[in-house]
Amino acid sequence: MTDFGAAISTAFALVAHLDRDLSEVVLLSLKVSISAVLIASVIGLPIGAALALFRFPGRTIFIVVLNAFMGLPPVVIGLIVYLLLSRAGPFGVFGLLFTPTAMIIAQVLLITPLIAALARQVMETLWLEYEEQLRSLGTTPLRALGALLWDGRFSLMTAVLAGFGRAIAEVGAVMIVGGNIDHVTRVMTTSIALEVSKGNLALALGLGIILVVLSVLVNGMVYFLRGNQRQGGTL
Amino acid sequence: MNTKIIRVGFLAVALALSLFAQTARAETPFIIVASTSSTQNSGLFDFLLPKFQRQSGIDVRVLAVGTGQAVRLARNGDADILFVHHKPSEEKFVADGFGVARFDVMYNEFVIVGPARDPAAIAGTVSAAAALNLIAGAEAPFVSRGDDSGTHKREISLWQQAGIDIAGLTSNWYRETGSGMGATLNIAAAMEAYTLADSGTWLNFHNRQGLKILLRGDPLLFNQYGVILVNKATHPHVKSILGQRFVDWLLSPAGQDAINSFAIGGERAFTANAPADIVLPSKEQSE
Repeated sequence: MTDFGAAISTAFALVAHLDRDLSEVVLLSLKVSISAVLIASVIGLPIGAALALFRFPGRTIFIVVLNAFMGLPPVVIGLIVYLLLSRAGPFGVFGLLFTPTAMIIAQVLLITPLIAALARQVMETLWLEYEEQLRSLGTTPLRALGALLWDGRFSLMTAVLAGFGRAIAEVGAVMIVGGNIDHVTRVMTTSIALEVSKGNLALALGLGIILVVLSVLVNGMVYFLRGNQRQGGTL
Repeated sequence: MNTKIIRVGFLAVALALSLFAQTARAETPFIIVASTSSTQNSGLFDFLLPKFQRQSGIDVRVLAVGTGQAVRLARNGDADILFVHHKPSEEKFVADGFGVARFDVMYNEFVIVGPARDPAAIAGTVSAAAALNLIAGAEAPFVSRGDDSGTHKREISLWQQAGIDIAGLTSNWYRETGSGMGATLNIAAAMEAYTLADSGTWLNFHNRQGLKILLRGDPLLFNQYGVILVNKATHPHVKSILGQRFVDWLLSPAGQDAINSFAIGGERAFTANAPADIVLPSKEQSE
């Protein structure tokens, strides 16, 4: 398997040269996925917390659907967003198709259910712990929701990171709504797909290695921040 | 504590918007070209587009998909230019009112590639139909694109010429990948199977393993590329002025010479063949 050896040296060569094309692709990948994660967290975390705290009709169905949506195939999301943003679709007038914005929209739809569902699980455990205490203090449900989100912020990072992992690794949705346009919507995963289709397997795997390292770095950074905060004793 | 949450949420949205803002900076004028993976994977666009960009100041954003998908994108108005290789679909596109006019731009050829040991013994055959008959007779593995691309459409018509009903096949030597040319070549290489490839993608394909060209030169394997400006009357947002400049350039001597000078490993990949009567007025324009 000479391809593996070649891939590793290719990855090193790519990083060593740090050519403009590569850094452009890496930066766009990070930009799109981090934007998507931030937006999805603002939407998904409160939804997850609300599902853990409040009882309302249809709640079980909502949770089941949410859990099922964690596994939505990215191509399906891509197709739906394409149909919505296409000039022939309802939001065509905005001309968003084949832009990074379209890619962010697709990724937000893709990872919001994941973040919300994981947040619900974290919040449910916390709520079991704190419910009596908060009730005895006469805290309003809305204040309790805020308190729990703040209290569980470190555990919630896992949900957010899971969302980031899914966003940065997916290729199906960004390929359809981004179009893999050079210098405009080409990201790590679509570059890898392109190199595979040219038969440049070593280069494709080299890019893959960089993607994995990037993912490890982001996760490591969050883990480090989390550790520091805990020692700082803000809780 | 609620205020803290709100503050964090606000910060997150602000950060996301600031990331957005950078991508929404003032852009140079651009057009979107729906094309086939062969023009992209061969490296032709990487060679041509910078030349056009320098001369015109217009960025060309390429969507490299199969011909079938490219036509659908252009029908929906999601591209300004259609640049593909299946004349019947292109003519229908214009006839249906989606395109202004269709022009020949360049050609190359399709080739039948397969394992060097050639189990169906097609090497030396002159006719593509005869070669396909040999493959079917030997039940040697053949991988089809199966993705409604220009190459797939051509392959289906070749099977028809050979008198073989592939839709009715029950044996498993004929397999559809449902993927692009490159992915299909990767699979053919791994399976030691035959396949039909466009010569542009083939020339620039690096994972050939044991595959080689076994048949070429049959007139039925002629591969014509055409360009069409999407019709502003059907899709009012189409950038017809910028798009027309790209079409004019492709058909002009400058564009045609650029196409002819593109080579892969010393071999010319596409031969320009825009109609001469189109070339003349464009030449005046460029001067």
